[in-house]
Amino acid sequence: MTTTANETLASADLPQETDGSTPPSRKRRSSAVKLPTKESAAASKRRERTLTVLVPICVIATLIALWQIMVTVNDIPHYILPGPGLVVQSLLSDWHVLLPALWVTTKITLASLALALIGGGGMAILLVQSRWIETALYPITVILQVTPIIAIAPLILIYAPSTQAALLICAFVVAFFPILSNMVQGLKSVDHNLLNLFELYGASRWQTLIYLKLPASLPYFMTGLRIGGGLALIAAVVAEFAAGSAGAGSGLAFRLLESQFRLNISRLFAALFLLASLGVLIFALTSFISWWTLHRWHESSLKREN
Amino acid sequence: MVIAEQGSAESKTPSARSLKSSRPLVAMDNVSKVFSNGTLALSGMSMTVRPGEFISLLGPSGCGKSTALRIIAGLGDVSEGEIDWPSFRINSRGLPDGDISFVFQEPTLMPWQTVFGNVYLPLRLKGVSKKVASERILTALESVGLQDFADAYPRELSGGMKMRVSIARALVTEPKLLLMDEPFAALDEITRQKLNDDVLALWKATGITVIFVTHSVYESAYLANRIVVMKARPGRVHSDFPLHTSLERDAQYRTSEEYRQACAEVSAMLLEAMGGEEH
Ligand SMILES: Nc1ncnc2c1ncn2[C@@H]1O[C@H](COP(=O)(O)OP(=O)(O)O)[C@@H](O)[C@H]1O
Ligand SMILES: [Mg+2]
Repeated sequence: MTTTANETLASADLPQETDGSTPPSRKRRSSAVKLPTKESAAASKRRERTLTVLVPICVIATLIALWQIMVTVNDIPHYILPGPGLVVQSLLSDWHVLLPALWVTTKITLASLALALIGGGGMAILLVQSRWIETALYPITVILQVTPIIAIAPLILIYAPSTQAALLICAFVVAFFPILSNMVQGLKSVDHNLLNLFELYGASRWQTLIYLKLPASLPYFMTGLRIGGGLALIAAVVAEFAAGSAGAGSGLAFRLLESQFRLNISRLFAALFLLASLGVLIFALTSFISWWTLHRWHESSLKREN
Repeated sequence: MVIAEQGSAESKTPSARSLKSSRPLVAMDNVSKVFSNGTLALSGMSMTVRPGEFISLLGPSGCGKSTALRIIAGLGDVSEGEIDWPSFRINSRGLPDGDISFVFQEPTLMPWQTVFGNVYLPLRLKGVSKKVASERILTALESVGLQDFADAYPRELSGGMKMRVSIARALVTEPKLLLMDEPFAALDEITRQKLNDDVLALWKATGITVIFVTHSVYESAYLANRIVVMKARPGRVHSDFPLHTSLERDAQYRTSEEYRQACAEVSAMLLEAMGGEEH
């Protein structure tokens, strides 16, 4: 255990150690006043970027190495904990099973997220049109949100035309709410003076929505997107656990369960790895979309410069 | 330097500019405003705005200056009394249709639009195409000295520059009446003086009518040719008087004896308006 902590610490310390130009002690660094030239600023920026990529890779590599060492040293049997090598092997050999499953889960997640974006965004616009619509509909959306999806899943499974459709609905229900609530908040927090300005210039409801409310709530929508993306994947997996469906159309969650039953732990890890990769990919994609749409104007996408 | 006090709230014929014959822009008669929470913000406020005036609406903070200005703009209805815009086109809701511009205390720009996009807004809402509008937008930007910043985003500008964008946006429709609600209160003194000079220059060049809300005696005395001092709780006109000077209003005027005297007298009027108030 101590070695783990030390190893991790060492790699976390990396930026300070390799950064030769700055003194290692914190005190001296903060007191050192240096006027950066243009080149040195660009160089330090490049170095910083390299380190942001390098440091996490080092940490992960260290952890994987430790895993292998632990398995080898303790001679752990592969049906209890396979080493990373075996997992990679299983990933390659079971590719024909895992790839279609990955594809199914990806499809369900992305489709449900897309539906949730349209549904949540549209519903939010509807809700803020009138207080009565909000009063009538908001409680229902809250009830949907607070009921655990795993508890509704069996019902949805009964009524949905197919398992795939059921999974889609489950993932949709879960991703829908954060998008809705963020969007409602965004639409409501428009600068009052800008609203006054639009009124002064005789803007129609439609113009106010298109030119003011929608762009103003874009940052909130993007927050909803990032949260919703993660939740959609979780819900797609959880719902598939509940469904326990087998066969060609099954996703990664079913492959996880199946591997567990068969004590094929290395395949379980391989499936888990794919699931985690999918999660990371969705996170990266939604974060990128968010950054790309906002970076030119929104404070949250700006780097603080003092 | 003449400060001719013309009595208090009852006086409705203030301007000494030779424009008395023309129709007023705004006629506010005995207007009261009660907010939904019961606050009586204005009570029996009367005021007539004539073309070409530079009115400074002066009063302690919370006395209802912003409320009055918004009512003049047609934003928010009056609870009692009447407001009329005899010189403006009136829309179906009985409110002035364009021709009035507003500059708020904050720049109130859309951060997702460039400077160009922000100034384009009033024209865009009127359905003017970008192509047709672009010349007017550039003219407006030129008039505030920002022609080189059309493609910048608001976050890239300083506070003073943002305020200039806000003014350019107000001018792009070539309005008859420009309402400014403590527009430069958040800026530093030097920037404020510069912008005050710019507004004065615009007023002289275009003949636009300006109502300039401020709680600064010095700003009032420097800018306005008519001063309306308000009294608080409830908000109403305390005194309404023209302010003339034989000098050009510029840096020299700031240091002149005449300006000093004007400040003293406006200040005295403000004190009188605040008199009897607990502090
Ligand atoms: N939307 C509102 N609802 C309730 N009270 C308000 C509102 N706006 C302003 N008031 C009140 O009306 C009074 C006048 O406000 P305002 O016109 O903003 O004053 P000023 O601009 O002179 O500082 C204040 O007492 C203020 O609290
Ligand atoms: Mg105010």
